[in-house]
Amino acid sequence: MSRAENSRRDRPRMLKVNPVACQGHGMCIELLPELIAADPWGYPLIAPGPVPDQLLPLAQRAVNSCPTLALLLTSPE
Amino acid sequence: MSSRAARLLPGTPQVTLAEHLSAYGPPPFAETAYDTAGPAPLIVAVEQSGLAGRGGAGFPAGRKMRAVAEAGRRGGPFGSQVGTVVIANGAESEPASGKDRLLLRRAPHLVLDGIVLAAEAVGATRAYLCMHDDADPVREAVTSRERAGLNRVPVQVVEVPGGYVASQETALVGLLNGTGPRPAFVPPRPSERGVRRHPTLVQNVETLANIALIARHGPEWFREAGAPSAPGTALVTVSGAVARPGVYEAELGTAIETLLDWAGGFAEPPQAVLAGGYFGGWLPLPAAARVQLTDQALRAAGATLGPGVLVVLPQSACPLAETARVTGYLASQSAGQCGPCSNGLPALADALGHVAFGRPADDLLRWTHQLLTLVSGRGACHLPDGTAGLAGSTLTIFAADLRYHASHGPCGRADRLPVLPLPLPEPARPDPRSRPETPA
Repeated sequence: MSRAENSRRDRPRMLKVNPVACQGHGMCIELLPELIAADPWGYPLIAPGPVPDQLLPLAQRAVNSCPTLALLLTSPE
Repeated sequence: MSSRAARLLPGTPQVTLAEHLSAYGPPPFAETAYDTAGPAPLIVAVEQSGLAGRGGAGFPAGRKMRAVAEAGRRGGPFGSQVGTVVIANGAESEPASGKDRLLLRRAPHLVLDGIVLAAEAVGATRAYLCMHDDADPVREAVTSRERAGLNRVPVQVVEVPGGYVASQETALVGLLNGTGPRPAFVPPRPSERGVRRHPTLVQNVETLANIALIARHGPEWFREAGAPSAPGTALVTVSGAVARPGVYEAELGTAIETLLDWAGGFAEPPQAVLAGGYFGGWLPLPAAARVQLTDQALRAAGATLGPGVLVVLPQSACPLAETARVTGYLASQSAGQCGPCSNGLPALADALGHVAFGRPADDLLRWTHQLLTLVSGRGACHLPDGTAGLAGSTLTIFAADLRYHASHGPCGRADRLPVLPLPLPEPARPDPRSRPETPA
């Protein structure tokens, strides 16, 4: 693993929704209730702040499970 | 600080190219030449001038230009140089604003100078001028410049379909890319990847007219007008209960009462000013009169500068009914792409309708406040945030009206003609797949 990759891993990771792509399937709400809740219309509401380290694998699984690839795990610039 | 400014709107209109050239002289192309090594002198000058975008968001114009020029320098295959694109945004969608239309009518060549100068500075190979309507006179202006050899970068005038969000910058990029005039999720920002994936500079037409003046007179001259933190002048559309509604050019930092004086004073007893347009907020009168016209001062007072909009609400109008109608209009303008917006704004409009025209109970008011938080920050564009901001401002500033409606039902003023302008609905377009109904 290169040094650049390593430093990217150390940065805090945030969950983000692409609201245009999101169709409210609710997979992420089912898979990661620790950080994602449903709004009155079934669209995801993300808890503010970075994803805690111990939840990162679950967050990655929710990102990978979104049928419209609308959930993103990003590092702030 | 309180005198009328006449930088962008001089006393005599500069409509034809001959009028424009005799008043301003030719555009100083030597100042703008694109340089592969570093930012063009014009980019540095615009940065030093402190010019903020005049389309509503107020983003520093020079920083945007530098970002596009730098993205163009390394945006091609294997980090090579690639041509960039300029979009001049004259598609004025804010119903209470008229300044971009007026500027394009009165001084089209100042805007076109700014387009070509900015395009040269960021290394653009194409430029587009987007407008909702009234494009023919501007097309004529473009043709006359081509004949005079002034359009060193080709400029194409593009008509944008109506709609509040169609003039949002990613929506203009979508229109030119053929993917539809709808806001897009960022990143990538247009400055990174815009029209046909080229780095794209989107600037409001008033911003570009200012850039044309900075290119001629320099950043120090630009800062001679306005406030130190907000230099230059702004075109402000003043309407509502004033004697002479219209567009007035003011130095930034001018007191609101000065602008209201220019507009002939109050036509009837006022109660508040809507500042910043339909993404702005209410300022109660007479306290608002002394607030200075800068985004910073207006935000501190609970509103925004936005695209330079002041609407005076008379005492004879019901602020709750006015806001409910505007919220209904804004909800109708959702592109329907983002769930929280396409569901939340109609719900908010419905709730505010019941607040204004019914007898709001506590649970309705709680739901209304809940909706404001639910929609904020959850769209690709700022339509949900702006709508929630205006609604929230109304519920705060007009708390006394809210209490009256809660205990007595709608006030008698709810039925008067609306003060806040609402555009006529777009004529229904027939489904191209359906057959026209013809008598047998």
